[in-house]
Amino acid sequence: MEAMTNDLSLRSLTKRFGDFVAVDDISLDVPTGSFFSILGPSGCGKTTLLRMVAGFEEPTSGTISIRGRDMANVLPNERPVNLVFQHLALFPMMTVAENIAFGLRRRGVRKDESRTRAEAMLERVGLPGYGDKRIAQLSGGQRQRVAIARCLVLEPSVLLLDEPLGALDLKLREQMKVELKKLQAKVGTTFIYITHDQSEALVMSDRVAVMNRGRFEQVGTPQELYGQPATPFVARFVGDNNAWAGTVESAADGEVVLRTDEGFVFRARGMEGCGAGSRVNLYLRPEAMRLDPKDTSNLNMFRVTLKAILFDGANSRLLTVTEQGHELLVRLPQNRTFDNLEPGREFAVGWNPSSGICFVEDGADCRGLDGEDA
Amino acid sequence: MSASGMKQSRLAFWLFLAPVLGWLLLLIVLPHLDMLYMSLRSGSFSHPGWTLTNYQAFFEEPIYWLTFARTAGYAVITTAITLVLGLPVAFYIAKVVRPGLSGALMVLLLLPFWVSELVRVYGWMILLRESGVINFFLLRLGIIDTPIEMLYNDATMIMGLVYTSMLFMVVPLVSVMESLDDSLVEAAYDLGASRLCIWRTIIIPHSKPGITSGCIVVFMLSLGNYLTPNLMGGKNSLWFTEQIYNQFIASFNWNQGSAFGFLLLALSSVIVWAGLKLTRQKLGEVAS
Ligand SMILES: Nc1ncnc2c1ncn2[C@@H]1O[C@H](COP(=O)(O)OP(=O)(O)OP(=O)(O)O)[C@@H](O)[C@H]1O
Ligand SMILES: [Mg+2]
Repeated sequence: MEAMTNDLSLRSLTKRFGDFVAVDDISLDVPTGSFFSILGPSGCGKTTLLRMVAGFEEPTSGTISIRGRDMANVLPNERPVNLVFQHLALFPMMTVAENIAFGLRRRGVRKDESRTRAEAMLERVGLPGYGDKRIAQLSGGQRQRVAIARCLVLEPSVLLLDEPLGALDLKLREQMKVELKKLQAKVGTTFIYITHDQSEALVMSDRVAVMNRGRFEQVGTPQELYGQPATPFVARFVGDNNAWAGTVESAADGEVVLRTDEGFVFRARGMEGCGAGSRVNLYLRPEAMRLDPKDTSNLNMFRVTLKAILFDGANSRLLTVTEQGHELLVRLPQNRTFDNLEPGREFAVGWNPSSGICFVEDGADCRGLDGEDA
Repeated sequence: MSASGMKQSRLAFWLFLAPVLGWLLLLIVLPHLDMLYMSLRSGSFSHPGWTLTNYQAFFEEPIYWLTFARTAGYAVITTAITLVLGLPVAFYIAKVVRPGLSGALMVLLLLPFWVSELVRVYGWMILLRESGVINFFLLRLGIIDTPIEMLYNDATMIMGLVYTSMLFMVVPLVSVMESLDDSLVEAAYDLGASRLCIWRTIIIPHSKPGITSGCIVVFMLSLGNYLTPNLMGGKNSLWFTEQIYNQFIASFNWNQGSAFGFLLLALSSVIVWAGLKLTRQKLGEVAS
């Protein structure tokens, strides 16, 4: 019964290239009709995972099932999934309509019928009347939509998208993010979207899996990943974070008191293993810090000096530095009190203990560690 | 400064072009002009002068134009067979094997061309003749009990021509297939296409320029080949080049021979032109 509500289920999926493990024991369920993203740095195995689902790579071990049907020994041209390629792979020798009708024709749909359906699909992705154009005549964003239309017209159970916005410029990417999300809501097809851009994943997805070195670090809603990262990698990779190395002085009820290497004593949330005496990294979001708070009760307090203003409209941040030279990003409040800041100005910074998260040091390089414990 | 630079580069342009133009003029244009002149002259010493009888002879004497039709027909068949064999070979070299290995395979393909065509054809003859290697083994293995003559028939001749032309088909095909994006093939596969359908809709349309240039080269080479049809073909499988040879050397009728030479050039050009028209292509696109 459970299998029926999941469009895609992976069980212990592994892929090795020689000694190298590209995808390492991944299990996953993607519910019907959801927008699911796989987010991870370059080379973490995202494309390999997707190509196994599409059937282009044979898993070393593990199973893939789509709508409850096992995909072992099912060829790519017979799987109920379609893949939007990283570089789109539109057929330059065909017109837009022929590209979209390609899959229908292969299924034996008659020529005029498939043409009509291609036209209808073009209308759906906002390109009515583009059927007779050649691929070379389209803009990047239009090609994007044709590539998606070419798959959607086949009504796949699952649509796989491999960083389809990667080749677009920033402005268009922002626009296409929203359009993709709207399109998915409209057609209701399950989308599995892979990207190394965390903002794409957060904006579009119902759920996101964060992938690192062939493994899933955490699977959850964008809010969960951002607010309750399960691993230090997720804390670093999803959204901006300030990192601080230190040692736990005492721990109780999930709260720790730690002394940072510069000597600040802070209270913060402690994750598993953060017992007294352990080396930890503290992660603190730029927006968690308040500048010159009036009410300082129950806040961790320290002082910083403004180094530079990183203006980015509503998302502007301040690059600040502590007396000991530790750099921190602090979000610029939007209430105009800090409109005329000059570098060199000093602030008191306060933050709530519940918004800082401590993880046991994982040896990864992060800002503020200064190379110790290499 | 820039004006003198311009002048210099123009000078360099002409300097580089001069040998090419000279080569074209000396080896192609002049002999052909001479041949054209000769083909239009009467061969008899009693009535020298301008005449079209040399060309007339081609159309009036069935043995001549039938030989040409046969030659052209077999050249087309050779081209078709070479293409059908060359496509998978080229795809294998360009797309399937590792890049390092594809270079080695190209060298292997080139290797037979290290030896002269004459030696290559004799190689085939040693293999195929009645007392040849293949017959020897077939007899030894008891598969046959009297040796078979495998030489001197049309099938063997075509096989020889295909063998000789293979490289000229595979090289342009490999270079055009190397530019094919792998993901196009995968995308077609993903959208439900079968292997045959991928060939028909993606690989062949993409390879069209290579196919056309390979076909033109192979067709022209086969049509103008002299050795292979002469040595491997049967007594009654006359090739048009042999007719030309006969006119020049056996009959010593240079005027008739020149006319045949010109007809070969003209008719083969017409066939290539018709082929391009039929597949809706232009020569310029193919060469680029
Ligand atoms: N055919 C292969 N043979 C050997 N190693 C491979 C092969 N394909 C991929 N890899 C390796 O597997 C790892 C994961 O590759 P993959 O293409 O899945 O990364 P990715 O997450 O898609 O990266 P990107 O974001 O850069 O596209 C890489 O380190 C890569 O070198
Ligand atoms: Mg990739």
